[in-house]
Amino acid sequence: MMEFVWLIPALPLLGFLILSLFNKYIPKSASGYIASAMLLGSFLIVLNLLFSAISGQLIEQPPVVLFHWVHAGNLNLSLSFQIDNLSVWFMSIITGVGFLIHVYSISYMHDDEGVTRYFSYLNLFIFSMLLLVMGSNYVVMFMGWEGVGLCSYLLIGFWFKNQNYNDAAKKAFIMNRIGDLGFLLGMLLIYNQFGTLEYREVFDQASKIINPNEVSTIITVITLLLFVGAMGKSAQIPLYTWLPDAMAGPTPVSALIHAATMVTAGIYMIARSNVLYSMAPCTLDVIYIIGTGTAILAALIGLTQTDIKKVLAYSTVSQLGFMFMAIGLGGYSAGVFHVTTHAFFKALLFLGAGSVIHAMGGEQDIRKMGGLMKKLPITFITFIIATLAIAGIPPLAGFFSKDAILALAFEANPIKWGLGVFAALLTTFYMFRMLYLTFFGEFRGTQHQKEHLHESPLLMTIPLMILAALTVFSGFIEVPHVLGGHNWFSHYLAAANIALPEASHLSNSTEYLLMGTALALVVSVIFITYFLYVSKKTQPASSESEMSFLDKLSYNKFYVDELYDFVIVKPLGFLSDFNSNIIEKHFIDRIVNVSGKSIQWSGKTIRYIQSGDVNTYAIFMVIGIVVILFLNLVL
Amino acid sequence: MITTLLIILPLVAALLVYLAGQRLAPTVAIAATVLEFAVALYAYFTFDVAAGWNFAVNQEWIPSLGISFNIGMDGISMALVLLTTFLLPIILLSSLLSPLKDKASFYSLALIMQSALIGVFVAKDLFLFYIFWELALIPIYFICLLWGDENRRPVTFKFFIYTLFGSLLMLAAIIYLYTVTPEKSFALENIYNTDLSALEQTWVFAALFLAFGIKMPIFPLHTWQPSTYTSAPIAGTMLLSGIMLKMGIYGVIRWVLPVVPTALMNWGWLAALLSVIGIVYASIIAIRQSNYKTLIAYVSIAHVGLIAAGLFSNSVEGLQGVIAQMLAHGVNVVGILFVIEILLNRTGTLEISKLGGLRNQMPQFAVFFVVIMMASIALPSTNGFIGEFLLFVGIFNYNPYLAAVAGLTIILGAVYMLSSYQKIMLGEAKSAYNNVLDLTLIEKSILIPIVIVIFVFGLFPNLVLDLTEPAVNEILHTVNNSIPVAN
Repeated sequence: MMEFVWLIPALPLLGFLILSLFNKYIPKSASGYIASAMLLGSFLIVLNLLFSAISGQLIEQPPVVLFHWVHAGNLNLSLSFQIDNLSVWFMSIITGVGFLIHVYSISYMHDDEGVTRYFSYLNLFIFSMLLLVMGSNYVVMFMGWEGVGLCSYLLIGFWFKNQNYNDAAKKAFIMNRIGDLGFLLGMLLIYNQFGTLEYREVFDQASKIINPNEVSTIITVITLLLFVGAMGKSAQIPLYTWLPDAMAGPTPVSALIHAATMVTAGIYMIARSNVLYSMAPCTLDVIYIIGTGTAILAALIGLTQTDIKKVLAYSTVSQLGFMFMAIGLGGYSAGVFHVTTHAFFKALLFLGAGSVIHAMGGEQDIRKMGGLMKKLPITFITFIIATLAIAGIPPLAGFFSKDAILALAFEANPIKWGLGVFAALLTTFYMFRMLYLTFFGEFRGTQHQKEHLHESPLLMTIPLMILAALTVFSGFIEVPHVLGGHNWFSHYLAAANIALPEASHLSNSTEYLLMGTALALVVSVIFITYFLYVSKKTQPASSESEMSFLDKLSYNKFYVDELYDFVIVKPLGFLSDFNSNIIEKHFIDRIVNVSGKSIQWSGKTIRYIQSGDVNTYAIFMVIGIVVILFLNLVL
Repeated sequence: MITTLLIILPLVAALLVYLAGQRLAPTVAIAATVLEFAVALYAYFTFDVAAGWNFAVNQEWIPSLGISFNIGMDGISMALVLLTTFLLPIILLSSLLSPLKDKASFYSLALIMQSALIGVFVAKDLFLFYIFWELALIPIYFICLLWGDENRRPVTFKFFIYTLFGSLLMLAAIIYLYTVTPEKSFALENIYNTDLSALEQTWVFAALFLAFGIKMPIFPLHTWQPSTYTSAPIAGTMLLSGIMLKMGIYGVIRWVLPVVPTALMNWGWLAALLSVIGIVYASIIAIRQSNYKTLIAYVSIAHVGLIAAGLFSNSVEGLQGVIAQMLAHGVNVVGILFVIEILLNRTGTLEISKLGGLRNQMPQFAVFFVVIMMASIALPSTNGFIGEFLLFVGIFNYNPYLAAVAGLTIILGAVYMLSSYQKIMLGEAKSAYNNVLDLTLIEKSILIPIVIVIFVFGLFPNLVLDLTEPAVNEILHTVNNSIPVAN
């Protein structure tokens, strides 16, 4: 089996090369099928691996080395893969959800003139993302990490004629690079301390060198630096503002890259390095705070957004916050579990939104939708399943993954549980607001749009149905003890050295009470929103002037973009002008020019001495003799 | 023998090109440079890494002064010879795009320059090194002066005086070194064996650092560079930034590190600090440049700053990074300058605000532009990443805080490259450029080898790193052996 592992990333890479090198000769209608076929191949191999992983055959597998990449001094980097339960799990999500989204895109993008380019980028993304999770050392992860950043850049700016989209693409790349600097410095410190960047060797050495009872500053710094990388890629405070803008890309891209896979890379990185993170309680506290803060802030912004994709984007930021909340509480497997369920229901939501946008002829404003349930029944049913799942209604996937995080939070501190529940209620509110405004009530669009409303073709609805099924069932992989389950998924990950959280100290009755309370609150929010947006037919304000102060604050995303512009972007531009106009021209270059001129000037002045006039020379000679004689006398 | 051939061949070719006349000159010149590259490749494939200096020749030249024609190639020389010989055909091919007057002289000068550059990289005699160093300056001076834009006279004059000033300091240092050597000879081994007091080392270091630092250039010795790069013809800028600035870096590796190790211990931090300041300073300036060529000139200062900081890291990883990044920078900067040449050829301007939307007319060009840009901002799997990563490893081991500041380049690099790319290439098509054509065959034949090298060296850097590692170890060995043991 292991000898075919290289094919998993190679197939999408091949797809990318074929589509980009021969794009002139490939019919537009074929490109989607070529890209999807490549990915299907990878997916089948990954499925095989997943079965091996589930049956426990991948424990303690040595890395698969493809070739030696960089050698300099003590640094030996190889392009090699770590195939274990963790990486195989992510590979399954990437290729599985990726395949569904490729298929969906065949129909969604069929009349775009750049469709071949689109699929080549999509395949390149899958290749990079696979590299990210498959690598057996930090540098290969970094290679994938930057690769997905590039693909994200290319796909956000896919419609390159629109400079707003290009701005969004650039912003995504640059913000990610800020995070990448943290990642890079983290790697450098790891190499500096341990002399290697291979996961196994690093973790071995770390656990040998560091006394587990002592707080190690070095490990704390390493983990914090790596976390800065995760903040960028996974859109956490303060590096989250690129993700909502990234919605400029085609909707399937938002589903795949900016919801299901790439943005969860930060979780993967920390789960992979959990040995280090467990040694750094301070870092975990920081992660908890950032995660919780992001979960709540993004949800607050989501409350008032009116663009269907923007609502989903802030929801993604908020859910990523949940995942980091889990990790901050030491629940690595709970974090990865939420990555999994989120990948299904959020991909479903985005694809559903795509289907709606498709039907609406490109309209994304939920104020102009309404009553779509009759015209788009499949989209509606799958969308409502996903919405219930993200709200945490049992027995859908989101219920289990959110409950796992809330249980961890309560054990740490009831206030933390309260914050988690608060974020979950906000989530429920904005999601149901969006659901009701989109699918319930009367249609509010134009007559022209109304006539063209239609359910999407099968190529789009079949992926919706499959994802809906996954959303319904995937939660059962981690049924907690209190509900009669065995935490199968945690044990699955434990085989890849993902630390299990400490056994729960909560009594069953406490756990029932917590679950019941959270559920009751969520259900009441669902009813409140129903009352507000369906019974009372409340409409979001159509212009800012009608909004209350708090609404305006949320609608304008708390003016964080404006703040960054004022604090970073503008000063940088000013510094650039100042350096080039003042320092460069009037300071450094002036010194150079003045010293040059002074030499010219002295040359011009001194040359008068050599006038060729014998009398002058004689005078100088006499003066010279006098001076010499005088000096002789004095000395 | 091969080393001598590598020096002589371009000189002979220069003569032939001059005699061949205007019509045939380009063909003869390009054929000669391709032949030269083939010779260098042959040398590379027959290179014996274990043997240290390969293809060495040592002829007495002026015995009374201890000067000899002493040349040879260790791994570092070989790598730079490969870079020079690979780039020359590309540079000459790319100059076909612009209508040059007096082609024969132009190509002859370029070939003389190639000979001198190779001489610099293979000289094992300090005096010989100096002669080649000066020889390389003359052709580029004429190229800038005769084929540059309307500002060329004052700009070239400044460039010439600036570099000459550096050369003078170097000459002084060389003569001083000669007077204190045990055997009164300029031979490399002899220079390496000279014991200098800490004070002597400081002065020699200061003189050589200024000389080499001007060539690279290191902040704040850089103000000749942006204007020279901007007003020189593209081929001239390619020669200057692709190869010539590597003379300065190479000079430090070969003639500073092993010769004045104590001064390095005392003053290396200052050099590294200036280099890192230069990275951030030049990157920030690049952000708001209105002329794309000037922008790239500042980017070059930033990139060279990182290389220079690595020079003083005193580690194998750092020095290997220096070499890797010299090669990567050479290829990538020539690539981006060729992109500039194409832009200029199509639109007649390099003012960023006048460009825009060109991706609509030139989709193929856009692909190459993006690839070269990504290599320039060191995306992993490109050549730029290898050098940058190794440099960061070296600098971090030297001083983590310095590395953190230098690391800002990966953010700022994305800012200036992506912003300018967006302004030049993206957006709605501009009607003024409706008739602009995409890449021609000859342009592709230049860009494709560049892209191939970007990825080959990004994925298989050991092709060069294994070649240079023994030489680097040798240099570091000399450095660390001659530092007196701390008491």
